[in-house]
Amino acid sequence: MFLQLLANGLVAGSVIAIAAVGVSLVYEILRIVNFAHGDYLTFGAFVGVAANVRYGERMLVATIVAIVATALLALVLEFALWRPMRRRGAGFMSLFITSIGLALLLRHVLFLVAGAEPRSYAVDPFKVYVVGSVRLGGSQGAAIVVGAVAIVLVGLLLARTALGRKMRALADDRALASIAGVNVDRVVVYTWLLAGALAGLAGVLQGLVQASFTPNTGFQLLLPIFAAVVLGGIGSAYGALVGGLLLGVAMELSTWEELAGGVNPVYKPVVAFVLLIGVLLVRPQGLLGKERLL
Amino acid sequence: MSTVLSGEFWAFVGVVAGIYTIFGLGVQVQFGYTGLLNFGHVAFMAIGAYTMAILTVKTGIGMWAAAVIAIGVSILAGLLLGLPTLRLRADYFAITTIAFSEIVRYVALNEDRLTGGSQGTINLAGAGAAAQYDESWQRFQTRAQAWLHLGSKDVTMLVLVWSAALVLLVLLHLAVRSPWGRVLRSIREDEDAAASLGKNVFSYKLQSLAVGAVLGAVAGLFYAWQFSFFSPDDFAPLVTFFAYTIVILGGTARTWAVPVGAILFGVIYAGTRFFDFPPFSYFDSADRAYLRLAVIGVILIALMAFRPQGLFGKRDEMVLE
Repeated sequence: MFLQLLANGLVAGSVIAIAAVGVSLVYEILRIVNFAHGDYLTFGAFVGVAANVRYGERMLVATIVAIVATALLALVLEFALWRPMRRRGAGFMSLFITSIGLALLLRHVLFLVAGAEPRSYAVDPFKVYVVGSVRLGGSQGAAIVVGAVAIVLVGLLLARTALGRKMRALADDRALASIAGVNVDRVVVYTWLLAGALAGLAGVLQGLVQASFTPNTGFQLLLPIFAAVVLGGIGSAYGALVGGLLLGVAMELSTWEELAGGVNPVYKPVVAFVLLIGVLLVRPQGLLGKERLL
Repeated sequence: MSTVLSGEFWAFVGVVAGIYTIFGLGVQVQFGYTGLLNFGHVAFMAIGAYTMAILTVKTGIGMWAAAVIAIGVSILAGLLLGLPTLRLRADYFAITTIAFSEIVRYVALNEDRLTGGSQGTINLAGAGAAAQYDESWQRFQTRAQAWLHLGSKDVTMLVLVWSAALVLLVLLHLAVRSPWGRVLRSIREDEDAAASLGKNVFSYKLQSLAVGAVLGAVAGLFYAWQFSFFSPDDFAPLVTFFAYTIVILGGTARTWAVPVGAILFGVIYAGTRFFDFPPFSYFDSADRAYLRLAVIGVILIALMAFRPQGLFGKRDEMVLE
């Protein structure tokens, strides 16, 4: 039972983690709390379903299409919305309200185009992987593998590549990075492409794991994603990865019956929030955040 | 008569704008004056409404006493929220407060026996018995209507809500112009400077949070009385963001801007119902509801692009140079 819950937690956690890295990078590099990020996920999930169900593409192809499309959406919005807003000198609250407006716009355009009825991918719902005492549905098994690969790749990108170093440098100290010769506008474009691609992937994975999804799905995931960013420590992309996995695992394990009877599953999101508040009380900068930022 | 011209409909819009004025005043104190990014403000509304309804239905203490206790409970909740979290940096504080409001909502959603669960307050007295918490309010409203010689219940509610809103507005206006209000603003501008002058920054922030909690709870009470029924869905985080939108529409750190923002928001929100001309008329009614919210999204974006300071705010408070 413990292993099963742990596996479920890793599935849920890797979806949150993948999305949370994008939110964290966008926040750090652009100072935007992107309230529309959940709707980027939804957009990816729906592009995936269009490719997979409507045009009959294999799930792998559909996932790639969704990733590319969501990255492009993020890019288009950077040029059409965020860059002009920055040029106008929009402050933190202006950008935040703008993202609320964008979230409303994206979600309800999706409702208009795709309708409110739940969608699912054309995958075999009865396929089961059995590893030891753990049983995972086909979608969950795929999600856990793809999620792990994506998390490792993002970690490597941030740690080892020139782009990753520039991103972290910008996140750390924008002025210092730009006088050291980092082309801010270019890194911003790559940041959106990466955040969008990860959002598209997370959206498809969430659609697979949940079995069905609606235009509200991404928005419903937004608060756990934010919680993961904060739990890991604002300013640390690795922290967002750790925070996401930890939240997913904690939410699932909290229902374990041998743990003082377990928490009623309806309270799983509450477990995530209580964990968040608890960690911040002990470590106000989050798990991997830097103390000097406070 | 079409709905656009119906007085009743606009009285309803006015009532909701009045409730949002009271609610938004709380955001104005916390965010506009003190600089606290409390994104969980809707929790105080929920706590106010639920405490009043639960005590009225489940104990015999009467609705008015329950309403007073509800305000007290929301102050306690404000202190409980603030004591551990006010030490955090602004962005951490913001997410913690959303978490707080979501915890409140989940408890309301799942503790059926206490709150009626997802079915809302109708279920407060258990299955099979339709619970009512607002009989005293209805009696009061009828008396007020007769005494003021008003034409309808809606108009009476409009007068009552806006009377309360104006009283609170004047009180708050006086408070923020007092030395107390100046300390709050100095904390927003420079916490360290305020502390170096011997002001207990933490205590002032806590007071600001508590004042906001009272305003949130009062808004919750009027919300409960206006609709005679509510459920956990009424207290989603989006409500908090509507209040921030109202405050920013009007202008931050301006008390009188809140009712203007609330009325403007109410007109935009309700007014988009009447988009029955092309191209909107090509959509059916369910789709038009989505279109409305999409249009509100566009309006928000346009506002932030072209007038980020709202109607009466100072531009330099919203713009980085």
